[in-house]
Amino acid sequence: MTESPPRPSANQLAPGDSPEARSGSEIGGYVIGLVLAGGLTSVSFWVARGTLFWPPSIPTALIVLAIAQMGVHLVFFLHVTSGPDSTNNVLALAFGVLIVFLIIAGSLWIMANLDHNMLPMDRLMEMQR
Amino acid sequence: MNVAVLPGHNADESKRIAAGYGFWIFLLSDIVMFSCFFASYAVLVHATAGGPDTRQLFDVDRVAIETACLLASSFTCGLAFVASGRRSAALFYLSMTATLALGAAFIALEVVEFVSLAARNAGPGRSAFLSAFFALVGCHGIHVTIGLLWLCTMMAQVYAKGFRGDILRRILCFTLFWHALDIVWVALFTVVYLIGVAP
Repeated sequence: MTESPPRPSANQLAPGDSPEARSGSEIGGYVIGLVLAGGLTSVSFWVARGTLFWPPSIPTALIVLAIAQMGVHLVFFLHVTSGPDSTNNVLALAFGVLIVFLIIAGSLWIMANLDHNMLPMDRLMEMQR
Repeated sequence: MNVAVLPGHNADESKRIAAGYGFWIFLLSDIVMFSCFFASYAVLVHATAGGPDTRQLFDVDRVAIETACLLASSFTCGLAFVASGRRSAALFYLSMTATLALGAAFIALEVVEFVSLAARNAGPGRSAFLSAFFALVGCHGIHVTIGLLWLCTMMAQVYAKGFRGDILRRILCFTLFWHALDIVWVALFTVVYLIGVAP
């Protein structure tokens, strides 16, 4: 029962472990993350309801806010940072983000293209008769 | 678990880094799976088959409360993680119980939403849009439910076995899982609900 406490060390970090754990100041990071994420969430909901904005710009603004908030979560809650200790974690994340981008952008592109080239449904029904 | 000792780390630290990294890879593959549901939702969002659309169905006030619950639960989960690192049982149980309560509130609100949609003849069978909606939001909801079961298991394991090295590794993985679910929810409330009701 005397295993040493797993502590982040100088060379590598598991995702989730923060370098501040040694100094005992890690709760501060979670508080900053909560405040930033809460602020970004409030702005998102306000933008979505607000009538202050040019309507076609709202989806783009919301997506930018969401990406910013995901960054806040990654840095302050998951402790995946650009520091030298978490290179492996960041590389895996970059690959994951690439795949996610390809799936979403690729699906939207291909399906919009198919939709654009498809005959209108009533014409299609006539031809099948 | 038999892991080669990493240079500059003792055996316990090496296991922790390997376990955390492996779970991180799993989470990224889980997020890739979610991206497929997001892609199908984005493709089908206008395929309402003459049925109700996003603007008629979604209640942004309830989504705001759900979001607040999940964000606060992410914070309390972080506190539980810090408490486990400091081996402070009281803080650990307190923050895990808060996480459990907030997560359960989130699931309860989601169930209320699904039931009210089904009662308005807007169930998953109504249109391609609603099928994609229930698949995406339901998949996230199932993840949160499994996370709640895992949370209870971790509290029981800490109670029965204490803060041992293997238990601490499981707590690390649980924390990563919970924070990742919150990140998926950020994408979800933006893409599904806020863009759905935006003017």
